[in-house]
Amino acid sequence: MSILVIAEHDNAKLNAATLHAVTAAQKIGGELHVLVAGTNAGAVADEAAKIGGVAKVLLADDAAYGNRLAENLAKLLVGLAGNYSHILATATATGKNVLPRVAALLDVQQISEISAVESADTFVRPIYAGNALATVQSSDKVKVITVRATSFDAAPATGGSAAVEKAAVAGDAGLSSFVGQELAKSERPELTSARVVVSGGRGMQNGDNFKLLDALADKLNAAVGASRAAVDAGFVPNTYQVGQTGKIVAPELYIAVGISGAIQHLAGMKDSKVIVAINKDEDAPIFQVADYGLVADLFQAVPELTSAVSK
Amino acid sequence: MKVLVAVKRVVDYNVKVRVKADGTGVETANVKMSMNPFDEIGVEEAVRLKEAGKATEVIAVSLGAAQCQETIRTALAMGADRGIHVQTDGELQPLAVAKLLKAVVDKEQPQICILGKQAIDDDANQTGQMLAALLGSAQATFASKLVLNDNGTANVTREVDGGLETITVKLPFVLTTDLRLNEPRYASLPNIMKAKKKPIDTLTPEQLGVDIAPRLKTLKVTEPPKRQAGIKVKSVAELVDKLRNEAKVI
Repeated sequence: MSILVIAEHDNAKLNAATLHAVTAAQKIGGELHVLVAGTNAGAVADEAAKIGGVAKVLLADDAAYGNRLAENLAKLLVGLAGNYSHILATATATGKNVLPRVAALLDVQQISEISAVESADTFVRPIYAGNALATVQSSDKVKVITVRATSFDAAPATGGSAAVEKAAVAGDAGLSSFVGQELAKSERPELTSARVVVSGGRGMQNGDNFKLLDALADKLNAAVGASRAAVDAGFVPNTYQVGQTGKIVAPELYIAVGISGAIQHLAGMKDSKVIVAINKDEDAPIFQVADYGLVADLFQAVPELTSAVSK
Repeated sequence: MKVLVAVKRVVDYNVKVRVKADGTGVETANVKMSMNPFDEIGVEEAVRLKEAGKATEVIAVSLGAAQCQETIRTALAMGADRGIHVQTDGELQPLAVAKLLKAVVDKEQPQICILGKQAIDDDANQTGQMLAALLGSAQATFASKLVLNDNGTANVTREVDGGLETITVKLPFVLTTDLRLNEPRYASLPNIMKAKKKPIDTLTPEQLGVDIAPRLKTLKVTEPPKRQAGIKVKSVAELVDKLRNEAKVI
């Protein structure tokens, strides 16, 4: 068996999200190759070559790949799919966008967001916002799979010394082009990998009040997240959204402030090790998943909590 | 310009599903069903294109058992012009749905296909991308803004992990909707009544020449591990103490 893992990167640096797909691949077993498709992405390939357990890195370098356009990446992957038994990517926005297109071109049924590997052809995945787990077995010749990062540890980023090979590029499909991007800039740890997350909901009342959460997050070296309600209301950008269709997080500590705890929000954070809820409504559903619940006015409790914790 | 919208009948988003004791699936008997929320956003976007004079006809398609017709009627009540029901009682997985939709698209030739980014029952997030692949068309997924240009292209802003990105796609293409693309309208009573008279054609996978046999076998469906019940603390001081000394996370 041999497995191709698609690397997540920005052409300059490898994204640690890739390391979770590598671990999933290792659980499946077989020879592990990593594909870096990008523009002037040699440094990423060199980084990928150091991941523990990787046998080979394929570098597909072309102007067509640097902006992650699905049509171009899928065309490339279909050409490279060859004898791989499995094609994996972490379920990032890119993985979710590209892999189903690859699956359809290969005429196979993708398995999305696996949370466990049972065997080379059997996987577990969450359904119904994580309220049920389905164990599914694939009869397809190539298994195309996206991996839920929070369900697998990150493989060690160093210790490996794979060879980097040039892969044949497949060119531009001519169907789409990149216009631009607006990336949210932050000095904080990344939301999906932070050890601590402080998250705000509708109870924050406006975007300005998120400063209270920023102060707490500073003290805890935490990332800041939000519920859908807060994003829809314009309090914070979409990058903050934790939930069924937003980011999936599983930090050591998740502090939910002014978040009621709708099913869809829980789907994104209920695997957190410790959950704290601060809400003035004692009947809020969030208290059913919280390890520690504080029924209080967040506008008093959060500043108090910020003073009480030391950096 | 025709716009085709796919709409799926799913367990209502407010329902907390229960896993069946025999592990074969989730309890759906007597449970409230609704149009997938992302598909409602899709219908809304299509109807707005018609209201803006950019689309001439909106076709709503649903695939599955007889009750899909209710979901199509909801789309018609929101402003879609006619419906297509691909009738089958068998299990439909995303690859099969994409193949069926391709067969419908081949007949209808819409310039834009709009699908929800994911269905809230299987959470697969695949069908739109697969349809685009089978059609050899561009795909614009997780869309939060759609702007049609005058030159046979469209600019789509997408919600991605780091923020927003904008791409230009050639028509015909497939769009999948994200939460902030629009706020769907409630169908008014007069429109619900009007919808009863709009036509719905029924087709079968056999008529469309598509093999819908599932590729994934579900071996079992189980509940996720339960969290231990938590406690309420009475003060911030107590919370800090617990986090520091009991949970040891700070």
